[in-house]
Amino acid sequence: MAKKKADEVNFAPRGIGDEKDGAVQKGVDLPAPTKKKHKSLGLSEDDLKAMYEQMYLQRRFEERAMQQYQKGKFGGFLHLYIGQEAISTGTVFALNDDDDIITAYRDHGWGLCRGITPDEGMAELFGKKTGCSKGKGGSMHFAKTENHFWGGYGIVGGHIPIGGGLAFANKYNQNGRISATFFGDGAVDQGAFHETFNIANLWGLPAIFAVENNGYSMGTAARRHTVTEIVDRAKAYGMKSKVVNGMDVFSVYEAMKEVSEEVRDSSEPYFLEIRTYRYRGHSMSDPQKYRTKEELEEYQKNDPIERLKTYLKDEKILKDKEIEEIEEKVEQEVLDAVEFADNSDFPDESALYDDMFAEDEPYFHN
Amino acid sequence: MAELQFREAIREAIDEEMAREEKVFIMGEEVAEYNGAYKATEGLLDKYGYKRVIDTPISELGFSGIGVGAAMNGLRPIVEFMTFNFAVLAADQIINHASKAGYMTGGQISMPIVFRGPNASAGQLGATHSVAYDSMYAHFPGLKVIYTSEPDDAKGLLKSAIRDDNPVIFMESEQMYGMKGEVSEEEDYIIPIGKGKVKREGSDVTIVAHGKMYHVAKQAAAQLEKDGVDVEIIDPRTVKPLDLPMIVESIKKTNRCVVVDEAHPFAGFAAEIGFLIQREAFDYLDAPVQRVTLPDVNAPFAKNLFDAWLPDAKNVIEAVNQVTYRN
Repeated sequence: MAKKKADEVNFAPRGIGDEKDGAVQKGVDLPAPTKKKHKSLGLSEDDLKAMYEQMYLQRRFEERAMQQYQKGKFGGFLHLYIGQEAISTGTVFALNDDDDIITAYRDHGWGLCRGITPDEGMAELFGKKTGCSKGKGGSMHFAKTENHFWGGYGIVGGHIPIGGGLAFANKYNQNGRISATFFGDGAVDQGAFHETFNIANLWGLPAIFAVENNGYSMGTAARRHTVTEIVDRAKAYGMKSKVVNGMDVFSVYEAMKEVSEEVRDSSEPYFLEIRTYRYRGHSMSDPQKYRTKEELEEYQKNDPIERLKTYLKDEKILKDKEIEEIEEKVEQEVLDAVEFADNSDFPDESALYDDMFAEDEPYFHN
Repeated sequence: MAELQFREAIREAIDEEMAREEKVFIMGEEVAEYNGAYKATEGLLDKYGYKRVIDTPISELGFSGIGVGAAMNGLRPIVEFMTFNFAVLAADQIINHASKAGYMTGGQISMPIVFRGPNASAGQLGATHSVAYDSMYAHFPGLKVIYTSEPDDAKGLLKSAIRDDNPVIFMESEQMYGMKGEVSEEEDYIIPIGKGKVKREGSDVTIVAHGKMYHVAKQAAAQLEKDGVDVEIIDPRTVKPLDLPMIVESIKKTNRCVVVDEAHPFAGFAAEIGFLIQREAFDYLDAPVQRVTLPDVNAPFAKNLFDAWLPDAKNVIEAVNQVTYRN
């Protein structure tokens, strides 16, 4: 190959500026996890068991979902959350049950954490009438609004202003609730993100905005698609911010507890950059040529589920056998969910026209 | 009946609905302290305060999305656009979110939100401030679209739109805000969405025209009357749901039809009406349906070019002459 001329026009992204020999650093730098133990965080042993069960459920649910997808049991997109379970779990345990959560299309873990049953979740993936969204949404549109989980949304960044709107309504009604909006690192480059941050601070919206920076927006390393650290986006909008280790459920819990209390008291928005790593591809069709196996293995050493398991054992909260019992119970739940989904009916054809309008007999143009 | 300007009818509708329901609020650029770019919201800040009459920055995507989220979470927002030409920036929220969130969550989300503001051209404002978007929004399932022509319709239909539990696009015109008209003084005056109105009865030809084009059709009808042509004008008022039965009934009587639309010709309102008439009233037609639309050209600035671009009464008369074989 001919040597490149120095003055050759080059639009290779400059990135954050830590590139070495033209190679931009991949993945994310994980900040140190919290040193606090569960008692000083206000978590009981039962809380820890529930957290472990929840994280293990999210993991096994998605591993089984992947299997079913590969078997051809359902189609569409499938974006897996595997590796990021500490974020949903730490958050849901820290927030009040009636605080409003909204996220993007990597939404299975969030849904399970907010009370979508494995049956309802798996059936939604299969596109069955028994799914949480009656088979109308699929993988990207899990929702359970009665539990204040407003759903997964498919347009990158499109739900960020909506999360601001949830907070707007809470402030309007003075109901003491806050909203928490989660999105991937790709979304920080969208106009919707910037417009919402400005308005959220202008109007004092009680909203947490949290990027789950898993290192990659599809195949583009986070450090290649932004010219500043993502957390610094907050400075432009006078918003408080911090970086959180998203591979450690205690760190997420601690940050969310503190920040949610502050947001609730002050009615000021807050931005969190939660650093994590997605183990699987962007979706099922991603060959993942943009990263190395070694890099993935490096992050898997920080696996959030293994980390909590080690803690439970080291602190003598659970014995191996008790952990196994939890895992077996979850495994059975997930297998039952697959069976439930498989045996459920597809929506009736008449359901095609349901849920379009509030009226019982709406107008459809033809 | 009271004589009101179009903007006063709009304001009355908003005011009455805000007084009636605490969950209704209005936000948009210049709606509060400036009293509205076109004074449609004049006085509302003084009456309802900063909680319910809210100035936004120039962030159509951002504030529309906040409206969508607020509607999902129990409020009834009215989102004002300074013009629907700017709402293109908010298209993701209207088209991808407001119209779809309920469906894709299996009916878990309701979306009582009104997006309103002026539509289409308003004189020599150049190419980017002159587009009619009503047909475009009507294309998308899940949205109701209203483009009114007279103060009375505006009041009754805007009140309905604000009470509707679905997303509604409500369109006005910069050039009609000062226009006066008789408005019903009936208490709580409501016009149901989806009902057109026969605005002029006639027997020779049906003209379908809405929004600003209704007034062009009316002018044409007055001139045609002098020539002995008796025009019936149907104003559908609501683009979607469309009052097709009213149009078909009229054609059964007149056997001829001209559609006047302020949009470009391809796949627009006029194209849709033309298709529907051939399907529903083919046997009643004595001539092919004609349409008067903008050309397939952007809005020019120069006065002479602009006048050539915008449909006028002369264009309508020519089309009527065609369908009545008076050429």
